[in-house]
Amino acid sequence: MRRHMHGFGGRFRPEAELVTLVQLKSGQSGTVVDIQGGRRMTDRFNALGIIPGKKITKTSAMLMRGPVTIEVDRVEVAIGFGMANKVMVKPDRVP
Amino acid sequence: MTRILLMGNPNVGKSVLFSRLTGVQAIVSNYPGTTISYTRGNMKLAEELAEVIDVPGTYTLEPTSEAEEIALRLLDSGDIVINVVNAINLERNLYLTLQLLERGVPMVVALNLWDDTKHRGIDIDLEKLEERLGVPVIPTVAVTGQGVKELVENIPRATSPQLPPTTRDQRWAAIGQIIEQVQHIRHRHHTWRERLSDASVKPLSGGFIALGILAASFFIIRLIGEGLINYVLNPLFDTLWAPVISRLSQLMGSTGFLHDIVIGKLIDGEVDFVQSFGLLTSGLYVPFGMVLPYIVSFYFVLGILEDTGYLPRLAVLMDTIMHRLGLHGYAIIPTLLGLGCNVPAILATRILESKRERFIAATLISIAVPCAALQAMIFGLVGERGIGYVAIVYGTLFIVWIILGFILNRTVKGFSPELLIEIPPYRLPPWRTVLQKLWFRTYGFLAEAIPIILGAILVINVLYILGVFDAIANFTAPVVTGLLGLPKEAVTALVIGFLRKDVALGMLAPLALTSGQLVVGSVVLAMLFPCIATFVVMFRELGVVNLLKAVGVMIVAALVTGGILNLIL
Repeated sequence: MRRHMHGFGGRFRPEAELVTLVQLKSGQSGTVVDIQGGRRMTDRFNALGIIPGKKITKTSAMLMRGPVTIEVDRVEVAIGFGMANKVMVKPDRVP
Repeated sequence: MTRILLMGNPNVGKSVLFSRLTGVQAIVSNYPGTTISYTRGNMKLAEELAEVIDVPGTYTLEPTSEAEEIALRLLDSGDIVINVVNAINLERNLYLTLQLLERGVPMVVALNLWDDTKHRGIDIDLEKLEERLGVPVIPTVAVTGQGVKELVENIPRATSPQLPPTTRDQRWAAIGQIIEQVQHIRHRHHTWRERLSDASVKPLSGGFIALGILAASFFIIRLIGEGLINYVLNPLFDTLWAPVISRLSQLMGSTGFLHDIVIGKLIDGEVDFVQSFGLLTSGLYVPFGMVLPYIVSFYFVLGILEDTGYLPRLAVLMDTIMHRLGLHGYAIIPTLLGLGCNVPAILATRILESKRERFIAATLISIAVPCAALQAMIFGLVGERGIGYVAIVYGTLFIVWIILGFILNRTVKGFSPELLIEIPPYRLPPWRTVLQKLWFRTYGFLAEAIPIILGAILVINVLYILGVFDAIANFTAPVVTGLLGLPKEAVTALVIGFLRKDVALGMLAPLALTSGQLVVGSVVLAMLFPCIATFVVMFRELGVVNLLKAVGVMIVAALVTGGILNLIL
């Protein structure tokens, strides 16, 4: 990461690498960084074990703002579009 | 008496274990939220009787749904907790375990689905886990009964390390440490079940799978239902029961007050099992000869869909459409249950999170989702006029469901949360539970429906003889005849629809209706007034104000739809 920052001056912010669960590509893995929802939403995500720092893999997304399906600790979870849009993920580097 | 609570995350097999421990049959399926209320039973524990409670599944003791609130309230009343844990997903399940340990209630852990860990490449160090948690940990496979004996033997060892209360972050940190010490995951390749699972929630392949499964379900339900009617029940009624009834009819003089009640009216000088409407003719033929076959075939197919784990995937596919109706995808599960019987369907709306969703879902089910008993009669009576007319009835109800949902979504205040569900892995349905569940539901139908059907037929005959129906018919004639284009006698069927929809539709049979009129009658009957059992459960679940709102919507929708159909047909 260091060497990419070379030449960008101080303007390169690490957050720029983050994507939402909706933006993450199907089949791609990443780490949950932030859940930008209200108390109620974070409560429900916490109950399902989806918390910052957790590794997830996106399985699929339905068309027309449909739910996003992810795998977290070997369990599939379907997340409505609006909520999925509020989950920030740091995608794994594709080797 | 010692009270033992079975607690754990949704869909980890608590109800299966409950049945194993108590012998009490509980409805078991492969999706989170099957148990929405609690079931109690008894078991022998060291020569003494103990009470066991099957608590609805909960992820946390900070409740996020009604089922979780019930779980929390029950926790205060328990002496011992059996914490049922999914061995496949130890991380998330341990969150509830730690919360329970903080509450200080004596506990044993049943590490269920233990057999799955091996082929999923998961190694768990049991001794280490027991040491870290400070309570007995027993591996179990509730479906086969493996480990259940050991679990029972270890219940007296239940204890609590009385962990100090902590915060969420500390709990997750503690879980991280435990997992690192006790769990080892081996790498392995995707199985065909996982590939099928992925394909079911992808837009294109998922859509084809859903269409295929729904078409196959419909075909199998028809095949089994018609098969039972044509090759088993009709022959039984025709060869065994018909001669007895003819003889009895002759003995009773073929007419008169008692004859009309027991045998009913003769049609062209003969007993007609559908049209005669006596206790021993239609009173037995409608439930056993027409409805029962479809109850059996519908619940057989539904049971398989439930136990394979397909339904949550259907919920994902339907989510976008259901949002237009003010619901989210998971509402498809109560809706499908409603095609069997509206009563459990409206109870199942408890899996939805907000009051608004529950009102919309329950109203739509009670208006536009015909129960299996009514559907069997639609197939029997409307089907005689041609399958096209059956299609019109179903098509109309489906359009009503969509339009009404759309309107309710625009008008009902409040908010509808989004879909957030766990999708269980596909499993081959265990035949024992499929058949047990089928028997459980069929028996439930017979026990609840038969007395009401017989009572309804008795009431109908008495009211006919007293001339009450004529008075009602004349009074409502402008609506029934003018708006719906039905003969005024058809109102008796609409009134009886409040008791039983199947009997009510049967009452349209002797009226010599045109096919168009029969379609209008079937649709209005399906939409207008839920049967009394549904009415009661709606009152309990929604409260009187919402019930009255739903009834208002119902009357307007039924009359408008019936009126439009009358103009078209």
